[in-house]
Amino acid sequence: MPALPRQRREPSGGIKFVEMSNRKTKSNILVRAESLSQVQRILRERFCHSTHGELFGVQVQYKHLIELLKRTAIHGESNSVLIIGPRGSGKTMLINHALKELMEIEVSENVLQVHLNGLLHINDKIALKEITRQLYLENVVGDKVFGSFAENLSFLLEALKKGDRTHSCPVIFVLDEFDLFAHHKNQTLLYNLFDISQSAQTPLAVIGLTCRLDILELLEKRVKSRFSHRQIHLMNSFGFPQFIKIFKEQLSLPAEFPDKVFAEKWNENVQCLSEDRSVHEVLQKHFNVNKNLRSLHMLLMVALSRITVSRPYLTSADLMEAHQLCSMDSKANIVHGLSVLEICLIIAMKHLNDIYEEEPFNFQMVYNGERRIRYFLSGTSLMPENTNVLIDYSPEFQKFVQRKAHSVYNFEKPVVMKAFEHLQQLELIKPMERTSVNSQKEYQLMKLLLDNTQIMNALQKYPNCPTDVRQWATSSLSWL
Amino acid sequence: MPSYVTRHKPRQKYSWVGSPLLNRKLHLQTYKELCVRGEADSTEMLIQVGQCVLIEGDSDEEPYVAKLTELFEDDYKPHSKKRARVQWFVRFSEIHPSKQHLLGRKPEAQEIFWYDHPSCDSIVSVETIIGTVQVVALALDESPPAQLKHKGFFVRMSWDTKKFWPLSAELLAELGRRGDSPKSQNPVQAQTKTAESPAWTTSEHAVGRIESSHSASKSRQAAARPATPGARKRLELAGLLKTPNTRKARQTSCAASASLGIAKRKMASSTASSPSKRSSPDEAREDKSSSECRMVLRARIPVTSTTEMSLGITLTPSRRAQRPSVTPSINLTPENIKKRETKEPEAHTEEVSTPHRSQRKSSLLTLNRIKQQLRYLDCKENDEKEEEFVPGAGDSGSSSEEEEEGDVSTSSLPRKSRRRQDKNLQTATQPSLQTPSKTPKKTPKPRAPRHATPQIRSRSLAAQEPATVLEEARLRLHVSVVPESLPCREQEFQDIYSFVESKLLDGTGGCMYISGVPGTGKTATVHEVIRCLQQAAQTKDVPPFQYVEVNGMKLTEPHQVYVQILQKLTGQKATASHASELLAKQFCSGQAPWEATVLLVDELDLLWTHKQDVLYSLFDWPTHKEARLVVLTIANTMDLPERIMMNRVSSRLGLTRMCFQPYTHSQLKQILVSRLRHLKAFEDDAIQLVSRKVAALSGDARRCLDICRRATEICELSRQKDGTQGPVTVAHLMAAVDEMSSSSYITAIRNSSVLEQGFLRAILAEFRQSGLEEATFQQIYNQHVALCRMEGLPYPTMSETMAVCSRLGSCRLLLVEPSRNDVLLRVRLNVSQDDVLYALKEE
Repeated sequence: MPALPRQRREPSGGIKFVEMSNRKTKSNILVRAESLSQVQRILRERFCHSTHGELFGVQVQYKHLIELLKRTAIHGESNSVLIIGPRGSGKTMLINHALKELMEIEVSENVLQVHLNGLLHINDKIALKEITRQLYLENVVGDKVFGSFAENLSFLLEALKKGDRTHSCPVIFVLDEFDLFAHHKNQTLLYNLFDISQSAQTPLAVIGLTCRLDILELLEKRVKSRFSHRQIHLMNSFGFPQFIKIFKEQLSLPAEFPDKVFAEKWNENVQCLSEDRSVHEVLQKHFNVNKNLRSLHMLLMVALSRITVSRPYLTSADLMEAHQLCSMDSKANIVHGLSVLEICLIIAMKHLNDIYEEEPFNFQMVYNGERRIRYFLSGTSLMPENTNVLIDYSPEFQKFVQRKAHSVYNFEKPVVMKAFEHLQQLELIKPMERTSVNSQKEYQLMKLLLDNTQIMNALQKYPNCPTDVRQWATSSLSWL
Repeated sequence: MPSYVTRHKPRQKYSWVGSPLLNRKLHLQTYKELCVRGEADSTEMLIQVGQCVLIEGDSDEEPYVAKLTELFEDDYKPHSKKRARVQWFVRFSEIHPSKQHLLGRKPEAQEIFWYDHPSCDSIVSVETIIGTVQVVALALDESPPAQLKHKGFFVRMSWDTKKFWPLSAELLAELGRRGDSPKSQNPVQAQTKTAESPAWTTSEHAVGRIESSHSASKSRQAAARPATPGARKRLELAGLLKTPNTRKARQTSCAASASLGIAKRKMASSTASSPSKRSSPDEAREDKSSSECRMVLRARIPVTSTTEMSLGITLTPSRRAQRPSVTPSINLTPENIKKRETKEPEAHTEEVSTPHRSQRKSSLLTLNRIKQQLRYLDCKENDEKEEEFVPGAGDSGSSSEEEEEGDVSTSSLPRKSRRRQDKNLQTATQPSLQTPSKTPKKTPKPRAPRHATPQIRSRSLAAQEPATVLEEARLRLHVSVVPESLPCREQEFQDIYSFVESKLLDGTGGCMYISGVPGTGKTATVHEVIRCLQQAAQTKDVPPFQYVEVNGMKLTEPHQVYVQILQKLTGQKATASHASELLAKQFCSGQAPWEATVLLVDELDLLWTHKQDVLYSLFDWPTHKEARLVVLTIANTMDLPERIMMNRVSSRLGLTRMCFQPYTHSQLKQILVSRLRHLKAFEDDAIQLVSRKVAALSGDARRCLDICRRATEICELSRQKDGTQGPVTVAHLMAAVDEMSSSSYITAIRNSSVLEQGFLRAILAEFRQSGLEEATFQQIYNQHVALCRMEGLPYPTMSETMAVCSRLGSCRLLLVEPSRNDVLLRVRLNVSQDDVLYALKEE
């Protein structure tokens, strides 16, 4: 804002009305910018740390879980439960909420918590050390747990065995990515946790979070028998009206927002958005693809980043664009950035695919086909002798002979090879088997990882695509 | 992080004496001397590096003994910046009871052991130093000096947590020198201040009383020091580097000779003829020369000032380095004694006026007594020292060696009883015995806190007792509640009982194999049998026996079973291979020192190894007549012996087998009824229903109980809703059964998004078209696009569809290959096609 200080330096009497208003708007803009950044901060926090957000439509499950935890904490009853639901359905949020409430109502020293994650604690040895550390058992020195795996196990078991229902402090085990624990050797950890939860030892509540519906089939039968078979399912079981409601609530500013006027306006705008037809359309599309809230957050995050000081409120256009971004086909985007030669190669592969019905191809086949086009397109000679032998498997190229091309140049074979390799690096084509050192690159069998429709769509949008090439691509079906 | 609990000693002030020596590497400032000043009456006690000190520990009577090796300031510790590095000594009682017998003789009252453990935590806060103490290093054959009678200690052997070793020559030398060097080093200070040798003894005496004021718990709190062994080692290494040249040279020379010394020691211990070694002429000569040279040095020392002292020190090590194996010279050389004699009276008078920690009444009380004793001792000191000196230099070790041998032979006999005594002792005076691992500043072996009590802390709020009928029912229905007698397992109980009883009565051994699906009461029945047998053993109906239980699932590795058995039988700790040897020796050689043993091996199948050596030895032991071992094994599968065991193993297992059948519905009902006796919580129909349901499914009693427990919760919930009262009805139970046994696939499909459902439809269509149960993603995508076109819907992009596919894959509705195959990845349904159709049609 370089203009502002300059104005201040002027004598106050000399300020004209226009400048006044100008200054007013400037300061308005300043204020607005500040509240806008606050809005963005609040909402981003909400979208990113979704595990602390509000619960939607899981009251029954929440009740079940909190009752169970309370019984463990208050009565010292051992329990085990699995929370199952697809990714982004709010499993972690549910347990976080429950634990938070438990800590509020309960004297927090009365409960010990152990949090494990299957992605971090990849075997029982690590998991045991982590449990011991989190329980502050006496073989913990500082932050380290010493002793061998066997020692740690027997120590922990001994510790848990000594307790009883009425006197020891209940321990809540939260096992995130529970299914990964089932892959540990012999499922020792799970067996022991469940066994303790089924015997008169230290009260335990074992809570597993997983997205796998077949989790019980992963458990060994003796482990399974010790599990209490309680399952809490979170399935995103809401309909579109609720989705709209969630959308509204997620975007609304809280009442304690400092700039009341702005917050009111913002919320009004959100209300309008939630009734807007085009917004409904966008949301419906999104809802059809993906029901979970995490993807909604992604959408809103993109839309949120588009608001500026000049356009401080979200519009339906923002949402539409955000949705477009979210649902873009990533491979088609890659194809847009390819060179003409690479496009030609891809078209040649597509034709080969059409001819040979998805059989793998190698570079030589593609090159020959491509080279032929080059001959045809450049129109230098009617038919070189060496292509006579090759021509038989794609006679339709002859039809191109008459069509003179000017945009395609004569490429050396190594250049084409380079382009081919580039395609492989982009993973648009994939070798059938692992590359070995001694195999010749030219004859390695490849498969195209692009669909016909994708290629065609990409060609439509490809900037400055030579018409010959485009025609060649579309003409493929006519040859057969 | 445990915080360092420093004692609140408002009237005690600690300050460094002398200027700091900066250790650049560790940014530590090291000091040579520490001054403890009582603020109230400005008494002072000087403690120097090299002196032996008492350090407060868990026990009141027995503070720790250690030698100061370094004083430094650590700025990183918030509370106690002044810290000291020490070399520990252990008392006999601090050594693990199971290892005490290794000494092979009775320890003498004031005998302590050089604690030779490199990874031991050796840094303490100076606030924990109580005072100095005299420690005399002796050769194996020397008898403790008489002036030590009640104060001070002597060291003869070192303890490296595995074995007792005689003190190496250089250690002896070092100790001897350190023991008396402070006196000789600063006569000036000693006269002006009170930190002289008398302070050692007095403080030591006072300790017993002072210590009582420190609660053991306080020091235990600080037990967990966050010092890693690696870091500690580095510190020590750095410590070596940073000390002035003199010390470095000395220590390196020691280290150089250490290996030699060890080898020597080993030889000596193996041949058990060390006296001859000790009395070899050249060593004696060396001794003499060493003592001579020291005498020369010391003779010079008293007259030189303190600054010149350092020169004197620098000379000593270089000499010593030339002779790597210096046999110990006794701590006091004549000229030393003389000095002491002249000095100590003065020190005493000062001591009376300004006693160490004289603020404490308890210590004040004792001061007089101490004083008297000191005087008395001082008079005697002179001649005693003279006597002492001779055995140190000469041989004459044979007598004590013989003594030791005699001890060994006698001690092996009452070992067991002694061990028991020790155990009792341990329970009585636990804190003092736990010292090596648990003390705040003394964690000699942090990597194996052997004495850490495995315990979850107790709850702060009392557990609520059940208030309502439903809560009571829930408590009783919990699987953990084991009834006095298991209903419906009377026959099995009888069989196992009579089997074990007959073996015990006959004094023979045997094996039994018990199989059955999970939740049929195998382990519970065996536990009940053992309980009954133990009662019978108390009334002398059956011979007494030891009971050991191991569980294959609670082991990290099959061979660990030996370790567990050995530990439960004898309390010893050993490695797996060693334990197996020990057990085999005990069981097979017929000298089993314990009474008959009943061994329960749960989850037997997990003890299977490729060589089957674990199983083999488990079943082989009972075949030895003297073993008197009864092995009860439990596993799930009935044909385990035939399936996984070699012939020689299964043959030893024998044919005493028992199979626990799954509970029938009437048995399950009986179990439930017996648990809910006098409790009107369930309708009869409900019990009937659940027992039939579970019996049809698995016959797992745990499952049955869990379902009932869940039903009480559902009932409670509905009570809260409608406010109705009444027992658990069939409807509640049905809800519980549905909840706990229904598959969630169908609900998952119904709740998935439109695109996900469309993708599933496309899969079905593709399968139908191809007639296969597998398709690539590309095929399905094309199918999907075709379906969308047919219905006039906008079709999704490839990326979206791929995301859908991976989402369904993560739920395991689909089985998909890893996604690196991209469009070529193969997809399968994890649910039956009918289920998918049913779920999709419903809407």
